[in-house]
Amino acid sequence: MIELDEKDHAILRALQRDGSLNAGEVGRAVGLTQPSAWRRIKRLEVGGVIVGRRVRLNKAALGFEVVVYLGVKLAAKGRVSLEDFERAVCAIPEVQLVQHVLGVYDYRLKVVARDLSDFERILRRRIMTLPGVGEVESNVMLSEIG
Amino acid sequence: MQVDDIDRRLLRHLQADGNLTKAQLAERTSLSAGVCWRRVEKLEASGVIEGREVVINHRAMGYAVEVFLRITLDKTQGNAFDAFTKAAREIPEVGGIQTLLGRVDIRMDVRARDLAHYQEIYKERILALPHINDVEALMLISEVKNTEALPI
Repeated sequence: MIELDEKDHAILRALQRDGSLNAGEVGRAVGLTQPSAWRRIKRLEVGGVIVGRRVRLNKAALGFEVVVYLGVKLAAKGRVSLEDFERAVCAIPEVQLVQHVLGVYDYRLKVVARDLSDFERILRRRIMTLPGVGEVESNVMLSEIG
Repeated sequence: MQVDDIDRRLLRHLQADGNLTKAQLAERTSLSAGVCWRRVEKLEASGVIEGREVVINHRAMGYAVEVFLRITLDKTQGNAFDAFTKAAREIPEVGGIQTLLGRVDIRMDVRARDLAHYQEIYKERILALPHINDVEALMLISEVKNTEALPI
């Protein structure tokens, strides 16, 4: 674990808005010289805080209009191994997020779909047929706020 | 804009590896550097590629606890959603906030250094938010898959 100060947090915020900024541009955005911004970015990378960069695509422009969060309870715990469930659920391309959680559900999933009938198809054919799946709750995302 | 098969191929490679340079991307998609460059520029200009972002590991910053809250609001109050989300955004430990259609109204992420820190945030900041009817918490044990990649 590495200790971060205000400047480091400002650098992370700048890079979350625009990950293509170079050290000079980051420095200008947060009030540091290019070399000192570069050193701090390197330290965040080496320390495992920045683990990579990814493109942010516009879902709607590519035909994905629906995002659904699912809570999944496993039925018959012990009979089906968690590994079997996890392997099968991770293989579904529409599933972007799989989190093992503690609480009223065992897993939390995020699913992208073209529309509601596409989501229904994914739910019936892919999710409900997963090994060990029990109760499933769906919440359709209406909006995302910061 | 119309996205064709070649665009989708480009996007698949970009999704798989966000660090690709334009030269590497051209090589992997078997396109000439010029064609590849123009297509990426067009995808950026039309907003299909919204941008690039860094992926952050909050645990490496000392935030060991992540809890997902699922909140039902008191909808008899006309401004419940707006008042709630406005106040919730003020809490620095609260990450993404989403409004939902389903059994719960809002979900949001809370990150804390440890359980004692989480309890402090929960008692002093979360429960003080306006118009809450019910709160359900799921605590993250492990992240099995996390990608923004679309099945294109």
